[in-house]
Amino acid sequence: MPDQGGPLIVIDHISKRYGQQVAVDDLAFEVKPGVVTGFLGPNGAGKSTTMRMIIGLDRPDSGQITIDGRRYAEHRAPIHEVGALLEAKAVHPARSARNHLLADGATTGVTPARVDEVLDLVGLSGAAGRRAADFSLGMSQRLGIAGALLADPQILLFDEPVNGLDPEGILWIRGLLADLAAQGRTVFVSSHLITELGAVAEHLVIIGRGRLIAEIPMSELGAGAEQRGVHVRSPQAGRLAELVRGEGVAVRAGADREVIEISGLDSRIVGERAAAAGIVLYELTPRTVSLEQAFMDLTRDSVDYPAHLDASATDRSAA
Amino acid sequence: MSMVDETRGLARDGAELAVTQRRVVRSEWIKLRSVRSWTVMALAAAVLMIAFGALAASVASGAVTQTGPRPGGGPFASTDPTAISLAGVTLAQLIVGVLGVLFISNEYANGMIRSTFAAVPRRLPVLWAKALVLFGVLAGLMVVATLASFLVGQAILGDGKNTTLAADGVLRAVLGAGLYLTGIGVLGIAVGALMRNTAGAISIVVATLLIIPGLARLILPEDWNTTLTPYLPSNAGSAFTSVSGSDTLLSAGAGAAVFVGWLVVLLAAAAVLIRRRDA
Repeated sequence: MPDQGGPLIVIDHISKRYGQQVAVDDLAFEVKPGVVTGFLGPNGAGKSTTMRMIIGLDRPDSGQITIDGRRYAEHRAPIHEVGALLEAKAVHPARSARNHLLADGATTGVTPARVDEVLDLVGLSGAAGRRAADFSLGMSQRLGIAGALLADPQILLFDEPVNGLDPEGILWIRGLLADLAAQGRTVFVSSHLITELGAVAEHLVIIGRGRLIAEIPMSELGAGAEQRGVHVRSPQAGRLAELVRGEGVAVRAGADREVIEISGLDSRIVGERAAAAGIVLYELTPRTVSLEQAFMDLTRDSVDYPAHLDASATDRSAA
Repeated sequence: MSMVDETRGLARDGAELAVTQRRVVRSEWIKLRSVRSWTVMALAAAVLMIAFGALAASVASGAVTQTGPRPGGGPFASTDPTAISLAGVTLAQLIVGVLGVLFISNEYANGMIRSTFAAVPRRLPVLWAKALVLFGVLAGLMVVATLASFLVGQAILGDGKNTTLAADGVLRAVLGAGLYLTGIGVLGIAVGALMRNTAGAISIVVATLLIIPGLARLILPEDWNTTLTPYLPSNAGSAFTSVSGSDTLLSAGAGAAVFVGWLVVLLAAAAVLIRRRDA
């Protein structure tokens, strides 16, 4: 049983390189029990590698990972501890969904009744007997999720679960993550898009180039995003800029000479000052920095690296 | 959405769900039987084995020739009747070898190996289970197929040209052929696990069984050739699947030992690499 007090997954200074390529570099963080933790980072940042190492598929060159105090492989029924969706379509194309799950579950004594139950849970009951080759990406993703839920684990890892899904599939995954969290399960879900996680994650682990960038509660990333700017369009933009510029207020030129972007002032105050000076305004738009922008600001330094790194990471996952 | 409340009572108890070798064997059995093309391959190996034996016997007996029946007997009527009826081994070994390769290499090809190793992170139980399941299935099927091949072949060869299971060394050769084919399936698993790549592993199996023995005869110096080639898996197999030995082969017992030795070495190498490599 997980100890509700302590961290469930402890990533203890792991490093991993593939040949010359450093995939994960002295990464250390904890995944807390009973909440959804988002695992964010640009493509190629080392998210999938980290997830593979959590369930013992890849071995860290240094450091170690424990789940509930023990290495993954030391658990008697590992998929009962941690269920993972790493990639969709990892199924023999000629095998039926049901047989795929039966084979996977048989290793740990999962009953056929349970297999039917998870098929029902992910909405694949009607396709249980169909060959996996005939599945759409969305169905394959559901089958992968059924596999993760199969042995009723307390911890779930989802690697980019919404990649390539249609809007309906994305909504379904969001609902599923929320349900799993509501049941008190620990969910660790990766994405390269903050917007995918904004709705469900309580906690964020952000990495770039294999290193930890930030480990913060979601609410903090939101709070950091409150610095507002004001978008103004005026025929007298230059005069307005002179008027408002000052302590703690920055003015940037906009897209054309009628537009300026003011930061550090509330839109009401900008409007009042303009009115007082008799300046005509065509537009006055408060700009809130989105979660996306906040995330981009945090990771700006780590996305800007040569494209070949990304390519080799893709090669590996395809191999 | 409610997630399994009645299974939970059972599922919460980790001991109930402990991974055991027995459970992994069951999992591999489900995998093997749930891909129809593999079932077809195993049955095709058996059927072609019998069909080729029958054809070879027909040719040998003179019932089938290029110009029609030849009452005096076929062109190789003088060869060993057991070997004629087991002519299909050469073809069947390729099918079962490829089946063995696919049984593991397909998991690397489609990524299934990751869920397999996530479920069984110690990994070696998976290799043993695959070997055991395929051994069990093929041992049954191939021994029956070689026996049937033999009986059909002898019936076609007819009195005077045929032999019986009671004759010296015949039963050993016939059962040996069935077990040789079974062993080639296991060899395919080991090579598939070593290579992790279907095309590469199949090439190696075909080369080992068909090309290398002939090539060695062509390019090796005579004394190397006579010393080394009997130890190749296919020639070691010939030593215990033929009734009367030959100067160029090991004795039946030594051949069987060398053949098993190959399987043990290849499986051990596969085991070491499976443990060491990232999945």
